[in-house]
Amino acid sequence: MDIIVSGLLLSGTYALVAMGLNLQYGVARIMNLANGELLVLGALASFWLYTTSQISPLFTVLLVAPIAFVGNWLIYRFLLIPLVRRSKTQGHLEVDSILATFGMSFILIGLMVSIEGGFFVYKYLSIPISILGSTTSLSRLVAFIIAALIGSMLYLWLNHTRSGVAVRAVSVSTEASGLVGINVPRVSALAFALGGAITAVGGALISTFITLDASIGVVFTLKALIIVIMGGVGDIRGAIVAAIILGVVETTVATLIDPGLTLAAAYFIFLIILLFRPQGLFGRRQL
Amino acid sequence: MFRRMILKTTLAAAFVTGALVATAASAQDVIKLGSIAPKTGPLAGGAVVTQWPNVELWVAQVNARGGLNVAGKKMPIELIQYDDKTNPGEHIKLAQRLAEQDKVDFVVAPYGTGFNIASAPIYGRYGYPMIAVSAITDKAPELTERYPNLFFTLGTTTAFVEGVLEILIEQREAGAIGNEVAMVNVADAFGIELADRAREMFTEAGFELVYDKSYPLGTPDLSPVMKGAKASGAKAFVAWSYPPDSFGLAEQAIIEDLDVALYYSAVATSFPAFSGAYGNKINNVLGAGGTNVDDPKVAEYRKAHLEITGKTADYWASANTYASLQILEQSIEGAGSIDRDVVTQYIKDNSFETVMGTLSFENNISNTFWSVGQWQDGVFRGVKGSNVDGAVSVRVKSGWSE
Repeated sequence: MDIIVSGLLLSGTYALVAMGLNLQYGVARIMNLANGELLVLGALASFWLYTTSQISPLFTVLLVAPIAFVGNWLIYRFLLIPLVRRSKTQGHLEVDSILATFGMSFILIGLMVSIEGGFFVYKYLSIPISILGSTTSLSRLVAFIIAALIGSMLYLWLNHTRSGVAVRAVSVSTEASGLVGINVPRVSALAFALGGAITAVGGALISTFITLDASIGVVFTLKALIIVIMGGVGDIRGAIVAAIILGVVETTVATLIDPGLTLAAAYFIFLIILLFRPQGLFGRRQL
Repeated sequence: MFRRMILKTTLAAAFVTGALVATAASAQDVIKLGSIAPKTGPLAGGAVVTQWPNVELWVAQVNARGGLNVAGKKMPIELIQYDDKTNPGEHIKLAQRLAEQDKVDFVVAPYGTGFNIASAPIYGRYGYPMIAVSAITDKAPELTERYPNLFFTLGTTTAFVEGVLEILIEQREAGAIGNEVAMVNVADAFGIELADRAREMFTEAGFELVYDKSYPLGTPDLSPVMKGAKASGAKAFVAWSYPPDSFGLAEQAIIEDLDVALYYSAVATSFPAFSGAYGNKINNVLGAGGTNVDDPKVAEYRKAHLEITGKTADYWASANTYASLQILEQSIEGAGSIDRDVVTQYIKDNSFETVMGTLSFENNISNTFWSVGQWQDGVFRGVKGSNVDGAVSVRVKSGWSE
């Protein structure tokens, strides 16, 4: 029981880390290597507001989401659109966006170090609670619930609304969706901005139970990348299922075998999926 | 946030201007000091607490006095600093740049055991005296023999394990704990070396490791580790941990209400942020390091640290880092020269009055250091050490409530 509860809670964290990148990579086709830094930026905002003015991280989330949305929209509009325009193939855009966002990640790290170079240590809602006989902290549960909320809202939006269908169409084919009258640049910008907002919100929530510092972003970028590729690029269900698999497997290995093997287990599953389903669990085969 | 950023930018601008003015002065009038340590990367969080503020503090203080007195001539210090991004390769490239391009006269030893060992050959080649602080290894005698310019000041792996072992034995005799110990370590050179040594020494002393696991650096969820330690029923918990996990383990211990009489976690337990985050819940938690806060020299140092850098010094290697710079200061002034060989020889032959007391080197190793400290009512006090005064007695932990 401990394994299931801790594993599911950990997958909530992973889902928060990966859903944003999934939108950015899957729809806007920007392989955002600054994803982790954006997450840490959300965490920094939450840490900074809590330690200086006792503002609850849950309130910070409401602040961070629109700011990150606008910020990412601007980044896409002014920094990435030129790349999108001049790239002839998707591969070309991927290489360009990797380089551009890699550079961006250093700018973000530099900015964050100048604000706070040490660890973002603070405690919020770190109250023990018991779920089905297994103890955990309230902060993890809150993060899980919000992750579940964001995940299901995204799923409903993508599958049951007109604008959601447009987003999915762009994720399948930019050319074809342009032909049927979808404003591709606008939808891409929207997906990129929304992805950024989700990532930053994730960071603000995660910082309540994981101690972060300005340079830890790359760890999260890598985790997000694994989850997105495991789940299938551009599919929100895939990201969530992959997050659950990763969370439960890591916890199982840590509890039953050895905590030292969690990373090995995560990469082992990643390898297996790449071998047998290279397009990801829910991914479409490239035509 | 914005105001603080403006402030930082202004400070940076002032700093750059200051550096330009300093460069404009004739080269022989200043002592160039090079410092390379992480400002980004996994070790940055520790370096910005322990390493950088002390360099800043010492340079500010020396320059406020008009500089170092080298054979009657006042020479201010010009600091050249680089970020090694917690990458040893980068560090070595930058070290070469310090020596070849910037032509610095002296260097501050790097931050982290691995970095000190990795860069010892290059600093050694240029003859820089290298007073290592944040470096703990049993290979110290071997290394100082190979690199005669390298000095160690913070103790050895064995000394650190010994400190913890002494406490375990005392508390077993007092009946607070039994023979069972739960031990975890971060799977990283530092954690593995300590855990290996501890495994041997604890077993020899008749302790039984009922839980003995490692976890990767940066594990997001330490709850399986803490649940395992709790299930083992041991009354003593020892973690050879690094900064992010020292915080994570304490948090999980609080949540799981780990029922132990002794709780030890290694690096970062002595950081002010540790008690800042957990308050009285971590009362009586043991950690690596320690200070004698009742010593007026230490109190004066801590006050200056806060005033000049705006940060509270940690309760361990901060003071040692500052002491290493005091040694450099006194040896340059004592030798009356900025010749590196002369200064190195002076360090070997003399003893120094520092914030850590009187320090001297035997085969390039100083045997004055704290190994274990304990949070006691909001202050991290040294409880075990080598040749240090002011150790207080260990208290038993009871519960994790406020």
